[in-house]
Amino acid sequence: MSTLVLAQQAAEGITNTGLAALTYGLGAIGPGIGIGYLVGQSVQAMARQPEAAGMVRTTMFLGIAFVEALALIGFVVFFLGQG
Amino acid sequence: MTAAPAAAVATCDLGPATERQVAVDLVRRGLLAAPAALAIGGLAWGWDGVASIGLAAALVLANFWASAALLAWAARISFGLVMGVALFGFLVRLALVSAVVLALEDQPWVRPVPLAVTLVVSHLGLLAWETRYVSASLAFPGLHPGPRPTTEKE
Repeated sequence: MSTLVLAQQAAEGITNTGLAALTYGLGAIGPGIGIGYLVGQSVQAMARQPEAAGMVRTTMFLGIAFVEALALIGFVVFFLGQG
Repeated sequence: MTAAPAAAVATCDLGPATERQVAVDLVRRGLLAAPAALAIGGLAWGWDGVASIGLAAALVLANFWASAALLAWAARISFGLVMGVALFGFLVRLALVSAVVLALEDQPWVRPVPLAVTLVVSHLGLLAWETRYVSASLAFPGLHPGPRPTTEKE
């Protein structure tokens, strides 16, 4: 009974800002995993083929920026949703 | 006595900082497109829109430049540092963008919609614009897509 009351109170306490912040936090997890994988593979490629490092670094930089866009979209949703 | 065997894998890259070249290109294109974006913001939201779009564009360009500078610096030291800089740089830059926007959101000249839309559209738009050139030059070094050649009338 008391657990139910606590859960109900917690649900009532969740505001728009809280939900938006949660969305932002969840939205940043995917890009974090993506960047980790992307950079890990790029570093492996550069270590194995140093002569191709310039090409790999260019592609890696653009890939990181594209993945960051996902996190930026999460932030925008948070920013617009907290109002 | 035999010479020490060469390292099987490279540990750093002392070549040209290609990220910095790409970032400079992105900033140049961003500055080229900025007057049009500011004009649209001015027409739709007045001076508040101009200021908001200018702030968002400046944040996006600074983010690109910081990312490139950090990665180029790390690549000259070690690939392990590249990993660390890429991951923690992502977190720190995202936190900085968030902090700046949240610190300024209560200012009377900040309009949320143009600010938010410009953040996403300019980031993705500039990347797509740059990728068109980079992908062509990676496949065929020295080749950049230019304006379509005009056909002469016979």
